[in-house]
Amino acid sequence: MGSATPVDDEVALIAQLRAGDETAYEQVVRTYGGRLLAVTRRIVGSDEDARDIVQDAFLNAFKSLDRFEGNSKLSTWLHRIAVNAALTKLRSRKRKPEQSIETLLPAFLDDGHHEERFKSWDEPVDKVMERAETRQLVRAKIDELPDSYRTVLVLRDIEGLDTEETAKMLGLSVNATKIRLHRARQALRTMLAPHFGSTAPGKAAS
Amino acid sequence: MKCRELAEFLMDYVSGELPEENRAHFELHLTRCRNCREYLVQYEGTVKAGRIACGETSDELPDDVPEDLVKAVLAARKLEPSS
Repeated sequence: MGSATPVDDEVALIAQLRAGDETAYEQVVRTYGGRLLAVTRRIVGSDEDARDIVQDAFLNAFKSLDRFEGNSKLSTWLHRIAVNAALTKLRSRKRKPEQSIETLLPAFLDDGHHEERFKSWDEPVDKVMERAETRQLVRAKIDELPDSYRTVLVLRDIEGLDTEETAKMLGLSVNATKIRLHRARQALRTMLAPHFGSTAPGKAAS
Repeated sequence: MKCRELAEFLMDYVSGELPEENRAHFELHLTRCRNCREYLVQYEGTVKAGRIACGETSDELPDDVPEDLVKAVLAARKLEPSS
């Protein structure tokens, strides 16, 4: 259970799905469900909504298997369907004014120099990320980003979509997408720095 | 190039999209500015940290998909058979 489907087997799996093979449907849900739950939860911020979105995404995908052309991987196709559904859910929510991230962006003196002197992080990122509590902290900080910044960061840096596709999914221009991603990364850096540097208060604590 | 401009060009530099002329100015500034070198390291580290924490191999992913989700999808599919 939960084992990855080798890409080579994908053609056979899709043929089984199209033939209505129940075990193939179950295999797809078990193989891809976990990752779809994680990404949709990161976008909508709720386990319950993520579960509903993933359930609907599987059903929509299964209903439209005819439209799966096989020029992308099955997992990529499922991700697009689930992510689009999560973004639609997010847009449907009552809009409340988003918290500004200005204070999390680097500030500059009149002469163009950084206001802040950046202290080196204690350990290389690979090393610090070996700790489960740090990985949890990073996830918590990403979840704290305002919706419009978190979504672009999730699509570009975690889902690995390119700028054009991200812009299309979010209904933004390519330039606006790039600016937003850059700000999201800068804001996240500011949020992580106190925990990664030697002056960290309660390093690696949540 | 000032630190302010370097911060603006950072993303394009990291993704290899900064035009040659700007890149030369960018790298010249880096050789002279320890603070911007540190900022670049942390910016790249932040992207990497996000990928490790939430990516394909994240320990956040459950070993098994919740059984009720599997059952719900399979049951609902039977009610709405594919065309």
